[in-house]
Amino acid sequence: MAVIVPPEKTAVAQAPRRTARRSRRRPLVLNVLALVTGLLLWAVVAALGLVENLPTPLAVARKAGGMLTDGTLATDTLASLRRVFLGYALGVVLAVPVGFLMGWYVTVRALIEPYVQFFRTIPPLALIPLTVVLLGIGEVPKIAVIGLASFMACVVASFQGVIDVDRTLINAARVLGASDRIIFAKVVVPAATPFILVGMRIGLGASWATVVAAELIGAQEGLGYRMQKASTWFEMDTIFVSLITIGVLGLLMDRLLLLAERRLTGWQERR
Amino acid sequence: MTNGTGMNNKISFQGVAKTFPMKGTDFTALDGVSLDIADQEFVTVVGPSGCGKSTLMSMAAGLEAPTAGRVLVDGRPVTGPGPDRGVIFQQYALFPWLTVRQNVEFGLKLASVPAEERHRRADRAIALVGLDEFADALPKTLSGGMKQRCAIARAYAVDPQVLLMDEPFGALDALTRVQLQDQLLATWSREKRTVLFITHDVDEAVYLASRVVVMAARPGRVHRIIDVDLPYPRTEDIRLSAEFRQIRNEVWTSVYHQQPAAPAA
Ligand SMILES: Nc1ncnc2c1ncn2[C@@H]1O[C@H](COP(=O)(O)OP(=O)(O)O)[C@@H](O)[C@H]1O
Ligand SMILES: [Mg+2]
Repeated sequence: MAVIVPPEKTAVAQAPRRTARRSRRRPLVLNVLALVTGLLLWAVVAALGLVENLPTPLAVARKAGGMLTDGTLATDTLASLRRVFLGYALGVVLAVPVGFLMGWYVTVRALIEPYVQFFRTIPPLALIPLTVVLLGIGEVPKIAVIGLASFMACVVASFQGVIDVDRTLINAARVLGASDRIIFAKVVVPAATPFILVGMRIGLGASWATVVAAELIGAQEGLGYRMQKASTWFEMDTIFVSLITIGVLGLLMDRLLLLAERRLTGWQERR
Repeated sequence: MTNGTGMNNKISFQGVAKTFPMKGTDFTALDGVSLDIADQEFVTVVGPSGCGKSTLMSMAAGLEAPTAGRVLVDGRPVTGPGPDRGVIFQQYALFPWLTVRQNVEFGLKLASVPAEERHRRADRAIALVGLDEFADALPKTLSGGMKQRCAIARAYAVDPQVLLMDEPFGALDALTRVQLQDQLLATWSREKRTVLFITHDVDEAVYLASRVVVMAARPGRVHRIIDVDLPYPRTEDIRLSAEFRQIRNEVWTSVYHQQPAAPAA
């Protein structure tokens, strides 16, 4: 019996290190495994013709290669990205100061909040017919709808961020001699940053979701437009290429913002 | 100092009342509070929770205005916060996005202290509370005791003549609390500031102060003022002495078995 003790001891000593490494790696392994399985499943289902018109992964990859070489994928992606960035930037640039003003001044809040609450209940997509009538079918209505979507997501977050600033932090700054202006810049803005970044991530998701629908209004290029057109010709592979591009780009942008969030709000205590 | 209301009074509450507007009737948090604190005196305030201790301190800090009466510092009515009064809150109130050094320099920056002197003064305050090794750490990496040390250094850095402390050690474990009490007393006897220190811990109140103000609630008022005739520097021997225990018992009784104050002292 006594002979068995030493190896057991070493096993116990090593265990924490090993589980720590494993628990960090396992999700990644599982993620890749899930992706590969999904791809295989798709290939099998497509090869057996279980779903009508479903292209094989290979056909989709070939189509993607073709769309890359003839430049349509780049043109579409750029067109969609441009709309998302313009609309999103517009929405965020307006939402942050409006949210701050609403949180800081009770009067501004009372004046603006009814509109925010009202428009929040309307899905941005439901406004597309109206914007077409008001703004025509050019780039402006698309950017406006995307802007509205990201504005709504972001304004509430930054407003909430200001409201939730710890009173004792404000008092601590005041007793050290800070004026209202300094308190706003040096306490309220940094304290509200985590909220704003969460709002910006939600807003980005909303913008990206809106762009596809917005491109259904008389666009000449764009990932959403390409899908819409392909569906009338039953070009399933084109639809798949656009869909996957939308998904990958959305994921990439979200990760980028997440990275920025980690960088900017690493000071937060996590419970 | 010029108006004859009290020659050596650093802080003076004169018939102070504070009511908060509430639904229906107003709520009287403090009524008829008069208290003089001499220059370089260490006064502690104890009393049941809700008796207006924090409100009293907020008025000295200039964060709240009295609804009646006057609060004077250096013989002048308090109109707002000022660098002559340093405040230390129970919840530490460190800026979590700033490092220890940046927190300590916050008030110095606002006072437009030139960079070089600012660093020097911050380093000195940080060293005083023993946080040298953590000067570049973010608050989230500090323990409760270290956070409160940082908050104390932040107040010390601007070199206020008055320290207003609202249950600063209330959230700390007993051991850390005793360490910080001794550190606070050591600094106080060297630099001789006026300290108004609020606590709910009777032992702490007696150990630190030359006078303990016992408050009563509903409405908040001064119930009794008990002199602590124990010499400084306070030591462990004093903390364990019979005299200490006697004063402590007296304070305890007047906090927990409050009868109407005797008409004559
Ligand atoms: N801003 C406020 N509005 C309304 N009531 C308040 C406000 N601040 C304090 N009070 C009330 O005043 C009383 C005294 O509060 P406080 O000074 O915090 O007591 P203590 O610090 O002794 O526990 C409490 O009953 C509290 O609810
Ligand atoms: Mg209190």
